[in-house]
Amino acid sequence: MNLLEVNNGNWVRVLGVAGGIEMERRLAQLGFLPGNKVRIIRSAPFHGPLLLDVEGREIVLGRGVAIKVIVEYLS
Amino acid sequence: MRFALIGQPNCGKSTLFNQVAGYRAETGNFAGTTVTFTETKVRVLGDVVELVDLPGTYTLLATNPAERVVLDYLIEKPVDAIINVVDATHLVQGLTLTLELMELGRPIVLVINMMDEAKRQGLKLDGEALSQLLGIPVMPMIATRGQGIREAFAQTWHMARKSTIPTPPAYRDEIEQAILALKSEIDKTEFPVSRRAIGIKLLEGDPTLTDQVGRKVPAIKNLVQTQWDSLCHQSSVQAVWLIASERQKLARELTEKVTTQEKMRLTLRDRLDDYLLHPFWGYVFLLAILALFFYGVYGFGSWLEAPLLNFFNNLDATVLNALHSNGLLAQVISGAIQGISGGLAIVLPYLLPFLIGLGFLEDIGYLTRIAFLMDSLMHRIGLHGKAIVPFILGYGCNVPAIMSTRIMEDKRDRFLSAALSTMIPCAARLAVIFGLVAFYVGPWAALGIYLYNIFVIALTGKIITHFLPEDSPGLILEMPVYRLPTLKTVTAKAWFRIREFIFEAWPVLIIGSIVLAVMNFYSVTDYINTALQPFNWLLGLPKQVGTPLVFGIFRKELSMIMLAQAFGTTNYAAVMTTQQMIVFTVFVVFYIPCFATMISIRNELGSKAMWAITGLTVLVATLAALLVRVVFLIV
Ligand SMILES: Nc1nc2c(ncn2[C@@H]2O[C@H](COP(=O)(O)OP(=O)(O)OP(=O)(O)O)[C@@H](O)[C@H]2O)c(=O)[nH]1
Ligand SMILES: [Mg+2]
Repeated sequence: MNLLEVNNGNWVRVLGVAGGIEMERRLAQLGFLPGNKVRIIRSAPFHGPLLLDVEGREIVLGRGVAIKVIVEYLS
Repeated sequence: MRFALIGQPNCGKSTLFNQVAGYRAETGNFAGTTVTFTETKVRVLGDVVELVDLPGTYTLLATNPAERVVLDYLIEKPVDAIINVVDATHLVQGLTLTLELMELGRPIVLVINMMDEAKRQGLKLDGEALSQLLGIPVMPMIATRGQGIREAFAQTWHMARKSTIPTPPAYRDEIEQAILALKSEIDKTEFPVSRRAIGIKLLEGDPTLTDQVGRKVPAIKNLVQTQWDSLCHQSSVQAVWLIASERQKLARELTEKVTTQEKMRLTLRDRLDDYLLHPFWGYVFLLAILALFFYGVYGFGSWLEAPLLNFFNNLDATVLNALHSNGLLAQVISGAIQGISGGLAIVLPYLLPFLIGLGFLEDIGYLTRIAFLMDSLMHRIGLHGKAIVPFILGYGCNVPAIMSTRIMEDKRDRFLSAALSTMIPCAARLAVIFGLVAFYVGPWAALGIYLYNIFVIALTGKIITHFLPEDSPGLILEMPVYRLPTLKTVTAKAWFRIREFIFEAWPVLIIGSIVLAVMNFYSVTDYINTALQPFNWLLGLPKQVGTPLVFGIFRKELSMIMLAQAFGTTNYAAVMTTQQMIVFTVFVVFYIPCFATMISIRNELGSKAMWAITGLTVLVATLAALLVRVVFLIV
C-alpha cells in the first residue's frame, strides 16, 4: 500500500520508498525511514499535495512523491 | 579562526548571524531562506573570528544545490569550530544532523534555539544531561531576542582554542566494518575533515565526493560497491537508510533521556491551518490576503505619489525658468531632478509598503501554505509547489528569486522556474505598473496587468513543458509553524531591501536621467529611436520610448523614469494615450530581465540558459504587448 491509499487522519508505518536511490535519499532526510510513523493531516483539493505529520514534523508531499512511499496500517 | 553556522532549515541560523553581523543574511519563516553562504568578521574574546552563515541542510546528503553548498564548504575550507543550531521543538531531527556533524572531526558546540517556542509547547529540556551524553557543550538560545548568543560564542571560542574534537557516534558492527574497510584507501586523500566522515559519505553514495576521491584513488568505486553489497546482504536495506536509521535511533534515545513533555494547550495558532488550508476557505483567504496586499500597496503609494510628483514638477519648472535657457546645463539639472523625483515620488511610495507586506507574509510562514494550496495548479504549467517560492520572491526582486531555485532538486525544474520567474514583475516593475498605469489609468488596469502577467507566464510554462516534459515526481517541503513576526526583523528586512534601492538603484536612475539629457541635447537619442522605430510602430508606441527601453535593461525603473526626460514632462497623460501606457507597461513587464538578473541566471544555470531566457522574454514581451494592442484595436 502507498500513502495515497491512506485516508486522512490515519496513522501508518513506513516500510520503504520506491523510485530509486535519489528519492530514497531525499525522503530519508525528512524522516521517511523504515518503521517511522506517519499521519495524513489533510490533503489539498484538485489532486493537490498531502500534509503529513512525520515524527512530529509537518511535511508536504506532492502526489507523485506520496505514491512512492510504501506504508502499512498500524495494528 | 573560522566558525560555521550549520543546522537544519528554518532553525534560526541567519537570525543568529544577523544578531552579531547586523542584518546581512535574509531570514524568513520557510525552509530554504538562505541558499548561499555569507561571511562576516566578529570579535570574540579579543580575537577576530570569521563567521559564516550557511544554507539549512537536513543531513549532509546534499540532495539539492543549496545543501551542496554546505558540504562543499566543509570539505574545502578549514573550519575551526562548528556552531550547530538545532530547533528545540524538533530535537530528534536536529540531533540526527548533530550526530552526523560530530563525525567530521571538528570542534562543535550545540546551540538549542527557539527555547521560547519549546516553553510555549510545554517542552522541558535538560541541556546539562544532553551535554554529558554527547560530550559537547550545549547552549540554550532565543536568537530573535538575542538571548544566549554571547555565551554560545564564548563557548565556541574555547572549543576552537583547545581544538576539542568530539567522539563520533558508534554505529552497529556491519557499518563500522564497512567504514574500516575503506579507511586505508581514504588515508591517501587530503580533506579538512576526518577520514571517518569521508568514509561514511562514500558509503552514503555522495556523488561529488566519490568523484573527488576517485580521482586520487580509482579503486574506491569498486570498493564502496563491495561494501554496499555486503551491507545490503546483511540487513536488506540500502547503506544510506541503514546509517540514517542508526542516527535516528541514537537521536531518539538521546531526546527521550533529556526531554519531558507537559500537557499543552491548543491555541488559535495551532488551529489556524484548519481555516487557511481549508479546501474551500483556504482559497478564499488566499485571494483576500492578496487583494488586501494589492490595495494596501496602491493606497499607500498613490497617496504619496501625487503630492510628491507635483512638488518635483514645480521645482523642475522653476529651475528651468530661473536658468532662462535650454542650454546643456539646464537640461542636465532638469535630468537630475527627474531622476531624483523618479526614485522618491514614483518608486519608494510603492516599494515601502510592498516590502513590509512581503516580509510579513514570509515571516508569518504563509509562503509554504501558498505552495501547498497552489501545487496542483503549478503542475498545469509543468512545475510544482516549490516553484512558488521563486515566484513570490520574484515580486520583490528577480535576483533572489533566481538564486532560490537552488532549493529545487531537478535541473529542469530549476531552469523552468528561473525562466518563468524572470517574467514576474519585480518591485522595479511594480513602480512602473503602479506609477504609470494605476496612477494615470486606474487601479483596475494595474490589477489587470498583474492578472494578465500570470496568465502569460502560465501559458509560456505550458508551452515550454510541451518541449521539456515534467519528469520530477513533485513537491517535497517542510511546513513551518506559524510565527508572529517581530517588529525588529520585519523592519530590518524591509530596510535591508530598501537600502539596496536607495544606494544602488537610485544613483543609477539619476545618472541615467542625466545621461539621457545629454544624449537628447546632442540628438544621439534620435539614432537609437530611429533604429527601434519599426518595433515601436509594431506596438503603436511613440518614437521617444526607444531609448528608455534600451536603458531599462540596466534597471527596469529607468524605462519609465527616463520617459520624463524623453518627453520633457512628468505628466505622462499629456503625451501617451491609455492604450500606449498599457502596451508599454506590458512590454516592460516581460522584456529582457535586468542586467543583474541576467548575471545571476548565468551564475546559477550557465550562459546558454541566460541567452535562452533573455531571447524568450523578448519574444514573450512582444507577443504579449501585441496581443494587448490588438485587443484595444478590436474593442
Ligand atoms: N520564536 C522564535 N523564532 C525564531 C527564533 N530564532 C529564529 N526564529 C524565527 O525562525 C524563522 C527562521 O529563521 P532563519 O534565521 O531564517 O532560519 P535559518 O536557519 O537561517 O533558515 P534557512 O536559511 O532556511 O536554513 C524566522 O521567522 C525567525 O524569525 C527564536 O529563538 N524564537
Ligand atoms: Mg538562513
